[in-house]
This record gives sequence, structure tokens and C-alpha cells, in this order.
Amino acid sequence: MPSTRAVRRYIKPAVFLLCSLPLCLLVLRAFGIAGSLGANPVEFVQDTLGQWGLRLLIVTLAVTPLRDWFGASWLVQLRRMLGLFAFSYILLHFLTWMILDQGLYWPGILPDIARRPFITIGFAALLLLIPLAITSTNGMMRRLGKRWKTLHRVIYVIVPLGVWHYWWQVKADIREPLVYATIVAVLLGWRVWKRNGRKKAQRPQG
Amino acid sequence: MWIRRRQPGDSAGIRPSEITSESTYLNRRTLLQAALAAGVTGLGAAHDANAAVTPLKFTRNDQLSTREPQNSYEDITTYNNFYEFGIDKSAPAANSGRFRAEPWTVTIAGEAEQTGKFALEDLLKSQPLEERVYRLRCVEAWSMVIPWVGVPLANVLKKFKPTSKAKYVAFKTVLRPQEMPGQRYDVLEWPYVEGLRIDEAMNPLALLAVGLYGKTLPNQNGAPLRLVTPWKYGFKGIKSIVEIRFTEKQPPTSWNISAPHEYGFYANVNPQVDHPRWSQARERRIGAGLFNSRVPTQMFNGYEKEVADLYRGMDLAKNY
Repeated sequence: MPSTRAVRRYIKPAVFLLCSLPLCLLVLRAFGIAGSLGANPVEFVQDTLGQWGLRLLIVTLAVTPLRDWFGASWLVQLRRMLGLFAFSYILLHFLTWMILDQGLYWPGILPDIARRPFITIGFAALLLLIPLAITSTNGMMRRLGKRWKTLHRVIYVIVPLGVWHYWWQVKADIREPLVYATIVAVLLGWRVWKRNGRKKAQRPQG
Repeated sequence: MWIRRRQPGDSAGIRPSEITSESTYLNRRTLLQAALAAGVTGLGAAHDANAAVTPLKFTRNDQLSTREPQNSYEDITTYNNFYEFGIDKSAPAANSGRFRAEPWTVTIAGEAEQTGKFALEDLLKSQPLEERVYRLRCVEAWSMVIPWVGVPLANVLKKFKPTSKAKYVAFKTVLRPQEMPGQRYDVLEWPYVEGLRIDEAMNPLALLAVGLYGKTLPNQNGAPLRLVTPWKYGFKGIKSIVEIRFTEKQPPTSWNISAPHEYGFYANVNPQVDHPRWSQARERRIGAGLFNSRVPTQMFNGYEKEVADLYRGMDLAKNY
């Protein structure tokens, strides 16, 4: 198991670089380096950002189960960074849609948020993420005490919303959203199973 | 500020700066034709390494062609839907190399005096090829401008003398999972099928295309024979056609089978009738870069004058 120092000095910076990679690649491609953004650049940027936002959300959700399964408690030190990266990608995904795709055309944007279920769901997930991002600092954790944990359990709602948002917008091929849904079901199912187990253990025998 | 706000006068969706002057366009054509004549495969040759596209002889139909700037050969041949080769828009170009479009036979069947199997060359014999620059509006709310080469569908259909029972025309795509990897996964029911009402099929705009940009169709765009109905969403434009059948009843169509509440038989471009999951009011024109926002979609994709009569008295929100 790596020491706290090793996590801080090597593992965290490495994960930081890894998480930035998709964004860096997009920027490079926008300037024609390392490929291009293709015939429909707006769609490409928007999809890439959304996809990585969802993937990183799922990775964040996987931290606790992975810790339990492999006894890797050091993983928890990466969780805040993973979560904030997920939030950043999702926020950029939303801004891309609002600014580049819709061109800040409010008569298009507002009805879409209100009336198109898959957009409503995605937007709700983004709104729910904002308080989690704001309260991710050490100071906030101290200030909120026990309530911090309760608040951050909202992630159990946000991630399924994200998968649903993705699932609902694909035209016919549901293979990729199905993979995400399965992983999320396992990650959340594990938590339910663990909690029930604990309750049972607490009950007096006989 | 790099965000382009909508300006008054944008309603047509075309900025004056976007319109290619005719002389420039004609110059481009001359250059392209010269390149073709010189035996150079032309633009985008790198993308057709395995697709044997050859130059075609044709005359341009100016009356039915839009003057809007055309999409590049590269955009048209590397960004499109052809699920038989995979679901990504880059999949058709990437996965269609093994497809063999020659020789090609088309079956003509159903309610017509003359039916049978015909070699593609015989089907198109004595039909002069026309170039028509059409707008293409995808149901996914993006659009292109494409110079097709083909023959009016009506001219081909009339040769077989459809009977009075021929109320519809049904089309079928070839089924070749060996050469079309997308057909090995049943994301849609294969083979792909499409259909038109007979009067839609006889409309002068309906085109049986055999080429684009003056050359035969590359595999990824539906070689060697595809339908182009520019007033309808792109998925009506069935590709790699092997059967044309005259029917009395409305034929089934692939996307309608897959999601009947989302894709109807008619699939006319209509900015007022939204897809259940997204708005059809505006579209993105491919090829104008990262900072071009959407432009308004036109009724019947701008072909209202030519086709509106076909649907007079019909509730287009019901018959989507």
C-alpha cells in the first residue's frame, strides 16, 4: 500500500494528468494538432465532454467499493479530485451545449430544459452536482460535520440520472449506456448489500 | 466576442457571406472536371483508397439545384449514417472497404406490367444523368448541401408501367453481413427497408442517385444506387438498393419499425413537428466550424413549392 506521501507526490499528480488528458486532446484537436474535431466539431466536443464527465462520475462512485474489495484505503484520497474533474467535464459539456450548440438562443434553450425529458434529467443532475462541488473543501467538510456525508449521498441519485440522460438520447444502439448502467447497478447494489449486512449483524441473535 | 448572435435577416439561415458566387462555383467545377479529365481521382482521394469511384458524364439541373455553398467531399464521405457499416458517423467510411458494388442487380417486383431482375446498367440505360445540388436534413438536426448525380426516380419507375394497384413503392437494401459489419448486430431489423407513396415517388425532386461530386457513389454513401428525397429526413434516402417493389398497401419502413412513436412513414422535414426527444426547429449546417450555431429549419427543407401539394389536407403532426 502506498504511503500518504507517495499518494500525494506521485499518484495524485499522475491521476490529475490522466483526468486532464481528454480535455487537452480536445484543445489540441481544436487547433488541428493530433487530429481534428471532424465534420461536426460542436457535437464532437459536446459528446466527448459528456462522456468523460459520466465516466469520471462512475469512477468516483467506484472508490468506496474498490476500497472495500481490495482493502485499498488510500484510494479515498483521490476521490475529491475525481469528483471535481467529473463536475468540470459535465459543466463544460453543459456550457458547450448552451453556447456552441444553441448559440445562447434562449427561445431554444429554455423550452429544451423544461420540456425535453433527457435534457431536463441532465440539467437536474448538473444542478445537484453544484452543492457537492461547493462543499468539497476541507473547511466545508468541517463546518458541515455529519451533514456533509448526508449531503454527498446525493451522488447516488446523480449518477443514475447521468446514465439515464445518456441512455435516453441514443438513437438505437444502447450498448454503451447499458455498460454504464450495469456498472452503476453493481456499485450501488454493493452499498445496499453492505448496509443490510451490517444491520443484520447488529441484530441480536436467537 | 466569438459567439454569433442571431441577426435580423437570418431567417433564411444563410448569411450573404456564405453564398458562393456563381462564377466561383463554376470555376471550382471546371477545376474539378479538369482534374478528373486528367485522370486524377480528385478531392478526398485518400478516403476512397478502396472504393473504385469513377468520373460520370452528366448535365447539371440548375433549376432544381440550390446555390448554397456545398459541403466538402470529405465531409460528405466521412460523416454520415449508414448503420449497415456501424453506428458512428465515421463508421461507414471506415468499414465499407470490403463492400463490392459491382456487379449489381436490382429486382423490380409487384404491381407493374413489367417486372424482373435487371443489371444496374440496364436499369439506367438511356437515362441521361443529372447533377442536382440538394440540401440534406438529417433527423438528428444537422444538414449538408450535396451535389448528387442521378436520374429522376419517376423516369425509372414509369419504364415498368406500374398498374392502378401500385399505390406505394417499397425499397430494400442489400443484405450482406459478410461485407457490412453493422448487419451482424441487430440495432435495426435487416435488411433496411423504406417506402414512398407513389405520387411522392413520381415527384420530380425524387432522385435515384448513382454519384456525388461528379463521380460514382463511394461505398459509404450507398453505392451503387440510392434514393434521395430532399424534402424528407435523411433516413428515407435508402442506400445500396437491390429491390424496388410496387405495392397496394403502405410498406413497412425500418426506423418506423424500430421506434414508431419517433419515426413515421412520411418523415417530411418539418420545423413545427418536433422529434419526441429533441427540437426540429433549427439545424446545424455541417462544415462551418466550431462557432457556427444553428440556423432555422425550413418547411419541407425548403422544397415547399415543389412538394406541398402532395400533403394538402393532411395533418402533418399526425402523419409525421
